[in-house]
Amino acid sequence: MAIVAQHSKFSKIAMPVLAWVVALIFFFPIFYMLLTSFKTDADAVKPEFLFSFTPTLENYTNMTDNYDYWRFASNSVITSVSATIFALVVGVPCAYAMAFDPSRGTKDILMWMLSTKMLPAAAVLYPMIFLTKSIGLFDTHFLVIMVLSLINLPIVIWMLFTYFKDIPKDIIEAGKMDGLNTWGEIKEILIPLAWGGIASTALLTFIFCWNEAYWTVRLTTIDAATLSKLIEGNRAPEGLFFGRLSAVSTAAVGPIVVLGWFCQKQLVQGLTFGAVK
Amino acid sequence: MGRIVLENVSKSFGDTQVIPPLSLTIEDGEFAVFVGPSGCGKSTLLRLIAGLEEVSGGSIVIDGTEVADVPPAKRGLAMVFQSYALYPHMTVRKNIAFPLRMAKMTQSDIDARVNQAASVLNLNDYLERKPGQLSGGQRQRVAIGRAIVREPSAFLFDEPLSNLDAALRVGMRMEILELHNKLETTMIYVTHDQVEAMTMANKIVVLRAGVIEQVGSPLELYRSPRNKFVASFIGSPKMNIFEGDEAKKHNAHSIGIRPEHIDVVESNGEWQGTVGVAEHLGSDTFFHIHNTGLSEILTVRAIGDVNLRNGDTIHLNPRADDFHRFDEKGLRIT
Repeated sequence: MAIVAQHSKFSKIAMPVLAWVVALIFFFPIFYMLLTSFKTDADAVKPEFLFSFTPTLENYTNMTDNYDYWRFASNSVITSVSATIFALVVGVPCAYAMAFDPSRGTKDILMWMLSTKMLPAAAVLYPMIFLTKSIGLFDTHFLVIMVLSLINLPIVIWMLFTYFKDIPKDIIEAGKMDGLNTWGEIKEILIPLAWGGIASTALLTFIFCWNEAYWTVRLTTIDAATLSKLIEGNRAPEGLFFGRLSAVSTAAVGPIVVLGWFCQKQLVQGLTFGAVK
Repeated sequence: MGRIVLENVSKSFGDTQVIPPLSLTIEDGEFAVFVGPSGCGKSTLLRLIAGLEEVSGGSIVIDGTEVADVPPAKRGLAMVFQSYALYPHMTVRKNIAFPLRMAKMTQSDIDARVNQAASVLNLNDYLERKPGQLSGGQRQRVAIGRAIVREPSAFLFDEPLSNLDAALRVGMRMEILELHNKLETTMIYVTHDQVEAMTMANKIVVLRAGVIEQVGSPLELYRSPRNKFVASFIGSPKMNIFEGDEAKKHNAHSIGIRPEHIDVVESNGEWQGTVGVAEHLGSDTFFHIHNTGLSEILTVRAIGDVNLRNGDTIHLNPRADDFHRFDEKGLRIT
């Protein structure tokens, strides 16, 4: 009895402390980035100005004046939103079929889809560049949307499959008896019942798309370039301008951090595949 | 109208044949019960009729129309599921109205039918609630409501009462029977509970391993079971079945006698044994008797309270006319 009490007393104090320490460690780089974005490039590298410096908005004005931040930002929004929608349009019927009408191969197909995530992206980089350049898709929104949705599709299908599996098959069958066709079952029963799961999946996919850098940096130049490309572009050849780079990075991650903050619950549910309810 | 004819219907899942070809006719207005131990194929058979499973062979004819290739909703049947299968995101009213909405009826017709069903099933006060706010019995009523608004030619019930507690189950049993009397529509009811089968059915279909063991009225099955399986499955407590000298005396490989067909006498009984467990219910007394020389345990039902306890010697007289005789294959000898 005493041991249990002691244990719970320990965990009551130690666990939150530990959680705060971990959270601060994770938060520090973001905080540091935010801080640096308000310093001049000269101040940014000087340790004596770590916390005490004269804040300036120069980096931000410079960004919108010289780099056309809004074009990169709108490209990010267009490609991430479209890719998320496309992944869901393909993923929902696919997960539905596997959850409610499984065949002997369903498990293997799911594993195979996941295994595509194990392929190193670099392995197909050059074929992708040559191919897209030769058919004129290089640096287009369409290409970025397709790539973003396809690389996330395995995760989307896996997540939706897990959520759909929780819906009793009887309810779908009752719908069949009541006169629903397959599309009706998805629209009238599946989507309303799995709405929370679909929303978490969409949110997570959107964040993955927004943060994607490997492909968006390499498959775009100007027209379809996203915020990842903007950050990448600020690794200037004449040296690192930490102030400017921090401002660009802050402006790139800002929207997603705010979005994530408001949707914490759904995100945790999504990341744990619905295990926390 | 709801006459359902199955002809050589069979079902296989991959290489496993769960229902070998079987034929069965359910007349219009009949209350048919499919009964058997779990895994006997009774639910599969119901799902074949509903159209939720495709037949592997044979034909299903409903009111003269071959329906093997007709989708479930077009067969004119309504099904009530064991788990109720209500739409959790819709109110009771929307649940009941759903099949009508799918059938593209006008709103005024839908309202009229929903209100009528709700008053038949005492659901008027709950129409705006969601299924999650209802008790088990109320949910079951909503499921039945959703079935009756469609005015189907037959109702299919898949173990509808097994999720309810015992008291509620008896009540719902009566409600379903009253509904059957009122609507006079064909009903097919699947259960593993032989008491439910006996109390509800006009026609019982006893299934084992996908094979129909016997079809008949409850009392036909009780009085003349076609084989040892039906004999021991129908009736509670189970029929006593034993082999040996006693069976030979009746020119049979084995004989059976129901617990209620053995009389307890004061002395000089034809059989005697030692009382093991005695269950005193007041109206009846069940004795489980050892050392009879017939079978390991002999079950006897005596009317009223018979004052014999564990370890007492008991004298018994079986009623000669109520023996059931079976051959080596377990089939009834007439």
